Amino acid sequence: MNVLVSIALTVLATPALAAQSAGPAPSRLIVYAAASLTDAFRELGRMTEGSLPGLSVQFNFAGSQQLALQLEQGAPADVFASADQRWMDRATEQDLVAGEPAVFTRNRLVAIVPSTNPARIGKLQDLARRGTKLIVAAEAVPAGKYSREALQKLADAPGFPSQYDRRVLANVVSQEENVKAVVAKVQLGEADAGVVYRSDVTPAVSRYVRVFEIPDPYNVIASYPIAVLKGARNAGTARIFVALVSSDAGQRVLQRHGLMPATTAAAAAVPAAVQP
Amino acid sequence: MTLGGVLVLLLGLPLLSLVIGIAPGDLVARLQEPFILQALRLSLLTSLASTVIVVAGGLPVAYVLATYDFRGKRAIEAFIDLPMVLPPTVAGLALLVAFGRTGLAGQALGVAGIALPFTTLAVVVAQAFIAAPFFVGAARAGFAGVDGSFLDAAATLRGAPGYVFFRVLVPLAAPSLIAGAAMSWARALGEFGATITFAGNMPGITQTMPLAVYLALQSDLEAAIALSVLLLAISFTVLLTIRLVPSRLAAVAAARARRPAG
Amino acid sequence: MLDVRLVKRRDAFALDVAFQAKGGSTTVVVGESGVGKTSVLRLLAGLDRLDDGHVSLGGERYADAAGGLHVPAWRREVGYVAQDYALFPHLSVYENVAFGLRAGGTPRHRIRPMVDDALGLVGIPELATRASHQLSGGQQQRVALARALVLSPRLLLLDEPLSSLDLQTRRVVRVELRGLLQRLPCVTVYVTHSPVEALVFGDQVVVLDGGRVAQAGSRDELLRYPRSPFVAELVGTNLFVGRAADPLTRPSATIRTPEGPVAIEASSGPGTVYLTVSPREITLYLAPPDGSAQNVFEGTVLELVPEPPGGERVRVVLGTRPILVAEVTREAVAALSLTEGMQVYASFKATGVQQYA
Repeated sequence: MNVLVSIALTVLATPALAAQSAGPAPSRLIVYAAASLTDAFRELGRMTEGSLPGLSVQFNFAGSQQLALQLEQGAPADVFASADQRWMDRATEQDLVAGEPAVFTRNRLVAIVPSTNPARIGKLQDLARRGTKLIVAAEAVPAGKYSREALQKLADAPGFPSQYDRRVLANVVSQEENVKAVVAKVQLGEADAGVVYRSDVTPAVSRYVRVFEIPDPYNVIASYPIAVLKGARNAGTARIFVALVSSDAGQRVLQRHGLMPATTAAAAAVPAAVQP
Repeated sequence: MTLGGVLVLLLGLPLLSLVIGIAPGDLVARLQEPFILQALRLSLLTSLASTVIVVAGGLPVAYVLATYDFRGKRAIEAFIDLPMVLPPTVAGLALLVAFGRTGLAGQALGVAGIALPFTTLAVVVAQAFIAAPFFVGAARAGFAGVDGSFLDAAATLRGAPGYVFFRVLVPLAAPSLIAGAAMSWARALGEFGATITFAGNMPGITQTMPLAVYLALQSDLEAAIALSVLLLAISFTVLLTIRLVPSRLAAVAAARARRPAG
Repeated sequence: MLDVRLVKRRDAFALDVAFQAKGGSTTVVVGESGVGKTSVLRLLAGLDRLDDGHVSLGGERYADAAGGLHVPAWRREVGYVAQDYALFPHLSVYENVAFGLRAGGTPRHRIRPMVDDALGLVGIPELATRASHQLSGGQQQRVALARALVLSPRLLLLDEPLSSLDLQTRRVVRVELRGLLQRLPCVTVYVTHSPVEALVFGDQVVVLDGGRVAQAGSRDELLRYPRSPFVAELVGTNLFVGRAADPLTRPSATIRTPEGPVAIEASSGPGTVYLTVSPREITLYLAPPDGSAQNVFEGTVLELVPEPPGGERVRVVLGTRPILVAEVTREAVAALSLTEGMQVYASFKATGVQQYA
């Protein structure tokens, strides 16, 4: 809490922001965030509410592409946190973003199998075994795009058969429209395996699945940028929230939910994010 | 009056906007893309199959509900109507839990070597599940609307129950049955939530038109609009036909009545 | 030969009717609406199940409640013409008549001549190609009849066959139907609320009242010996039902009835006695009569009806207990200045009473 208060004070000390917050403080902060941030951001939202009495933080969690589309159509929001750079760039192009977006966390892909492991997957190579029922996210979804990239990289990795990616993709029985659906179907045991974000394997999920890590050189690391929006009604509070996400306290929360630090110098991003 | 106008606008404007949201030339070009044709073919195939299943299974159910009174009838009726009000995703989840690999029925099916999820058959099952209440409701009302005196007359004219059902009850309830079948077909055609949850999304196998629209929306707005316009056109044709066919049928029946059949 | 006992209980209503009928005869079941006439037909047709009793037709058992036997309607050789005729609206006249033949599996090549015969029998061969909604009421009735008769039923059931017709058509159809029923070899059960139809059509008449048989018998028997208020009214006479107060007293006797004692010439013996008094036997007075009149009833004039309409005599309906009908001359009405609502005394002599057991 102390951390948050000190951040808030720092932010409010900035003259431009102080002027903005002179009026009655709006009581609502609206955050559009990628679905994979759901649990972590809820916790961060509660933290923010706790230190700013009277404030209510509201989230819209969905696929980043959907959020970008909604923002483009004029949806009122204060903060946008995207699961990939592509959709943040799109928002920037549409002149929706105030200031420079900052990467605040990263995510990596893992393969998961049901804890019963019906297809007896013992290593990543087994995903190419004929008849394995694999589920991935659709290509239009960031997680789907990354999954295909990672499989391609693995095809060139030592110990993996040639055309590994094609053989794995031939086993795909469904391309889900969001990554959480992949998790759910593996968790239910309907699929033999799925490719998801590490952050999707929450404590609630981990009881039902086994995780196979994809080594870093072949993995695709998703970068999550966050930005305050131009149309923000509550820009001051929005900046406080963004600062919290990038702070040490915020990073600890994100890591507890399976997300990776943005950089080793994550905290250094804070001043950049609060520059008007 | 004003409210009525607002409602018409509310219903009409989004649909109109879809249609004018794409240039006709682009529309035609888009519709020739293989994934769209694939989705169209799959949608027509599965929605027809599910309608056949719904009609075949729904006729006896509707008949029993329209004809007999028994304990628990109201509960059964509410139960049948449930898929109509359930969020389709819930329906899909229910199907997954029932017919999935680890589900109650799924395990039995698995023993028989049948795995439903992620197959075209799963799409048909999801559509049938969602669309069935539309047919059962209409058929039930249709059957209940047939005057009992016709059935009594048929029974005293050597008509065995099955004969009376197909030669008297079904023809007399035909307008309702056709309307119900068409409604259930249209609903199956538009089914999204249960399909994507239960059957998944795989082009050519389980990716029907609504799924293709949704996925296209993630990346290619123009393709999404093209697909939506196509879906709109098909649904409109079906719904228009429902309204035109019964009166046509009546005319045909009247014409046939003028000629005695040998 | 039809032999039935039909028992059906439904809530407050209970039907219990038994009768027999010979082949070729027509039994008319007559009664006011709500006495269970249609139930009788539905039970005979097999559309409803008996709670008790039996239905047998020419030795074949169609239903027997005790044995749990219920032959369904479609397996009975019964023709049923419903009150609203129930012609199938989706079929032509021809197909309506052919329906039973097709349902029963008659070979295709035999159907056309049989349908043509049936339509000829009811006199509408030219209507074969019509749709049923293009027919008048009378034509619909004939089609319904042809549709039942084409199957040569052993039992024909007619439910108020004339009631849906307008007055003009009814006269014509009544004559034709009577001729047709007389020619048919089957047992016919004809249900109506009309006393006139009962007397025109019924070889045997079964009078229903409150779900029970009030009286059954031949037309002549009914006319001569009414045994229920309904039949008495139908025949146009006054009826008392009672028991002899003292069967041994002769020559004069008293019959006790729920409405009071009635003096008659001589009592025939113990048991129920039916007394009829012709309306012409009743004399009206303004003051209590004295002298030889033994039976006097007091009441108001309810109705004055010229009989025949505009004729020389007047039927006077009296609010006595029981309601009595007197028939007097116009002069008598004038002399007494009878008006409706007036208090009068009705009297008849013991010699004017007919009695039978």
